[in-house]
Amino acid sequence: MDLSIRNLGKQFDGFPALDDVSLDIRSGELIALLGPSGSGKTTLLRVVAGLEQPTAGAVFFGGEDASHLTVQQRNVGFVFQHYALFRHMTVADNIGFGLRVRPQASRPPRAEIRRRAGELLDFVQLSGLEKRYPAQLSGGQRQRVALARALAIEPRLLLLDEPFGALDAQVRRELRRWLRDIHDATGHTTVFVTHDQEEALELADRVVVMNRGRIEQVGTADEVYDAPNSPFVYGFIGESSTLPVRIEDGQLWVQDRTIGLRAEGAPAGDGTLHFRPHDVELLDGCGGCIAGVVVASRRVAGSRRVELEIGSAGNRVEIELPADHRAAERSRIAFRPQRWKLFGDGGEPLPHAGHAAQPKAMAGAN
Amino acid sequence: MADVTLTPGAGFRRGTASPVTERPAVRLALMLVAFAFLLVFLVLPLVVVFGEAFAKGWGAAAATLAEPDTLAAIRLTLMVAAIAVPLNLVFGVAAAWAIAKFEFKGKAFLITLIDLPFSVSPVISGLVYVLLFGAGSLLGPWLKAHGVEILFAVPGIVLATVFVTFPFIARELIPLMQAQGTGDEEAALSLGASGWQTFRHVTLPNIRWGLLYGVLLCNARAMGEFGAVSVVSGHIRGLTNTMPLHIEILYNEYNIAGAFAVSTLLAGLALVTLGLKSLLEYRYGDELAATGHN
Repeated sequence: MDLSIRNLGKQFDGFPALDDVSLDIRSGELIALLGPSGSGKTTLLRVVAGLEQPTAGAVFFGGEDASHLTVQQRNVGFVFQHYALFRHMTVADNIGFGLRVRPQASRPPRAEIRRRAGELLDFVQLSGLEKRYPAQLSGGQRQRVALARALAIEPRLLLLDEPFGALDAQVRRELRRWLRDIHDATGHTTVFVTHDQEEALELADRVVVMNRGRIEQVGTADEVYDAPNSPFVYGFIGESSTLPVRIEDGQLWVQDRTIGLRAEGAPAGDGTLHFRPHDVELLDGCGGCIAGVVVASRRVAGSRRVELEIGSAGNRVEIELPADHRAAERSRIAFRPQRWKLFGDGGEPLPHAGHAAQPKAMAGAN
Repeated sequence: MADVTLTPGAGFRRGTASPVTERPAVRLALMLVAFAFLLVFLVLPLVVVFGEAFAKGWGAAAATLAEPDTLAAIRLTLMVAAIAVPLNLVFGVAAAWAIAKFEFKGKAFLITLIDLPFSVSPVISGLVYVLLFGAGSLLGPWLKAHGVEILFAVPGIVLATVFVTFPFIARELIPLMQAQGTGDEEAALSLGASGWQTFRHVTLPNIRWGLLYGVLLCNARAMGEFGAVSVVSGHIRGLTNTMPLHIEILYNEYNIAGAFAVSTLLAGLALVTLGLKSLLEYRYGDELAATGHN
């Protein structure tokens, strides 16, 4: 089922949790809502489910305006962050709950409900645990039961709020792959909320990056990583380094030096250069590059992070080198970002034909 | 055992117990204090009550209990409890539900109001109804003209009892329901359950042990309430005397054995309540553990 969100707004005591949010989700897509805490992602999910009433805008389920429908009428499968399993019911009764509370006319017979619960338990790979109580299950098992319970009502839409938030790293990775399999097997339109970018990028067809109640960017993992459209997305997805620069004559300048990056078409003035710490090219000589004094160097897993102080203004940037790179022993390093992006003072992307200028061979850095 | 020097080994041996566990002497002292207190203030009086009741033999006690006035008092007490407890069950659940699951203006005020019966002397609780429904009140003449009897009749006793016992169930449920939050209810609603189904199948089972405990406490107090009931009852023998009031009358008439015989019955009801609670905890202990709160 297609899901369409139009100009949604939600105020909590005058504080806008959602601010004019619009989003179109195609049938069968797996979508991640990604953002820091307080960005409105969970609120958006709850408004779609009908657990929260929006103060503006509308939600469409496959062309039908669902805004006036109650939670029950919307028939969405919602998996809660802390699972919200019914403590006093067995696993089988939890899964069958949505079928048991149906009105008599559409309620399947008892034996049928039991059979369906058993099937779903097999489907989520928990066969044989029908008679257990939630307190007797591990976190990962509870998560699976919660999903089976949501699937039992044959939902039009599957919504998951921080589905792996309360689990340890090992189980998270395992369940992530498993959720992808479940999604591919059932074909439900699925939206999940996460603050873990790795989870979002790995799992989702498209990622919706949210910040302060607004959608910053919607795109595939490649799009949001390679072409972030705002400083926030650049900083939030993956690592990033920033450096204040001046744009003059289609060139980027740091203080009185050009740094060898051409920005044709960008308006003259101040801006901020964003680049990935690992996406840099080290240079021996510096005539058109960024050169800085090494102030710190840290070993992180397979690489080494080097912090450089650039120019006399004391701006610091971080670059990433292979762990055994000989440059790490130097006190001064010159480099040039290979891929980068320029944002204006107001955070607006500045248009430019972003490419590195041809390096000029010059001696300088030691 | 002369190794009292502070060697690391000695420290470790002591340290095999949990660090929050006190030394045996301290533990023993604490337990003795607790038991001595219970013995002096709870067990001894109970023993005296039972002892005095049967001081003149089983016959005298049984004779007092068989008196029509005593039987009427027992009936009235049971009836008042049978009305007051279900009423407070409904009020208590409603108040706890509102406080724990919704945000609204005046919530803090409502919580304070619920505690009012605990903080006000029972005599005042009774006087409130006298001022409200008595002959000199605004409502008094109207009630009299329409033949409605509230004061010095069963309705007054029920009202006073409901007032005094109101906090028991609400107080028991509010922290429990607050701790549980609304997650389970939201899950039930999202699975298609109606409001009533959600209450019946999710909320009620989640609070049943707290609710039962509150009901037992409320019942014990409803049967035992003296002050407020004394003010509104009028002490009409065989009509508006509850068991506690009847005990006072017997005692004032120097019918010590009789007073203690009825006391025995009242104390017996309390013990049954306590026994019932322990039995339920024992019987459903596993399920209690499974539900995660006990």
